[in-house]
Amino acid sequence: MKPDTSRHSLAKFLLGSLALLAFSGMPETGRSASLLAAGTAADRAGAATAFAKAAPVLLSPRCLNCHPAGERPLVGDRSQPHPMHVVRGPLGMGKNGLLCSTCHQDTNLQGKGLPPGAPGWQLPPADTPMVFEKRTPRQLCEQLKDPARNGSRSPAEVVEHLRDAPLVLWGWHPGEGRTPVAMSHQEFVSLMSQWADKGAACP
Amino acid sequence: MISLSVNGKIFQLDVPVDTPLLWVIRDNLGLTGTKYGCGKALCGACTVHVDGHAVRSCVTPVSAAVGREVVTIEGLARDLQHPVQQAWLLEEVPQCGYCQPGQIMSATALLAANPKPSDADIDQAMSGNLCRCGTYQRIKKAIHRAADSMAAGGRT
Repeated sequence: MKPDTSRHSLAKFLLGSLALLAFSGMPETGRSASLLAAGTAADRAGAATAFAKAAPVLLSPRCLNCHPAGERPLVGDRSQPHPMHVVRGPLGMGKNGLLCSTCHQDTNLQGKGLPPGAPGWQLPPADTPMVFEKRTPRQLCEQLKDPARNGSRSPAEVVEHLRDAPLVLWGWHPGEGRTPVAMSHQEFVSLMSQWADKGAACP
Repeated sequence: MISLSVNGKIFQLDVPVDTPLLWVIRDNLGLTGTKYGCGKALCGACTVHVDGHAVRSCVTPVSAAVGREVVTIEGLARDLQHPVQQAWLLEEVPQCGYCQPGQIMSATALLAANPKPSDADIDQAMSGNLCRCGTYQRIKKAIHRAADSMAAGGRT
């Protein structure tokens, strides 16, 4: 006979809830308070450490070049200003008819010196420029978890973006003549997940 | 076989999907007004419009233009009547002329995005179009002239 899993689950949930209620109703002892504080501090330290380890990825040319401090994107391993006076524009897609899509395609073009490409090739829009250039890891972290500056994303949604967005993934496959991000994408996402899971504290 | 809309006409073409749009325009369709310059999106000579936006056709695979409307210099207007073409004639912009189809297509895209561009806007928007004859000052004058003409009722 098939076990009644829904009933088992309900019983477990109720028991767990009762235990939680009992715990919350107890006077806070010195021991439990210190355990709580230690856990939080450990999480904060873990999140900050994870972010500090991941930050060099954000500061690599592959990420930084499209997160410039000014209005001009940067190009190449030396992060030079983009030629042809290309600028961000209000939506991050260029300006005055000179758009990112004027040259960039959905994929890298084969051959040195040809425009790189990925789906949705653009900069962050002008109202949330998400600057990486000339930012400390702490500044990057604070910006990345601030919904007013990060496109209204929670830390978990930031991680989702870093895990799945084609433009982010491009950093590991940038095409000929461009150095890929040094850390593996898997390790980067793992570190950023730790950061988000542990409360997104900053270094 | 792909179907491509160029200058308002539909063409059926048997070409690899990664063929540069420029080759299709010039070699398959015989529209030789659009020029080959660098083949790397560095000079702007090959500029055409796709859905109204300027693109460098030398680096655009033809597949990227399928289902969209391509306009080349030949399709900009009948009898050179587009205000930008008229301004180009009145200002006697071209010297050797090789880059000018690309210049005109970029200028038209600029004016569609910004009907009253400043000198700085023109410098920014047109920086991707090189002219070895150095006609830049006349290009700038012609764009201002075209902007005025269009504001006075000329069409875009």
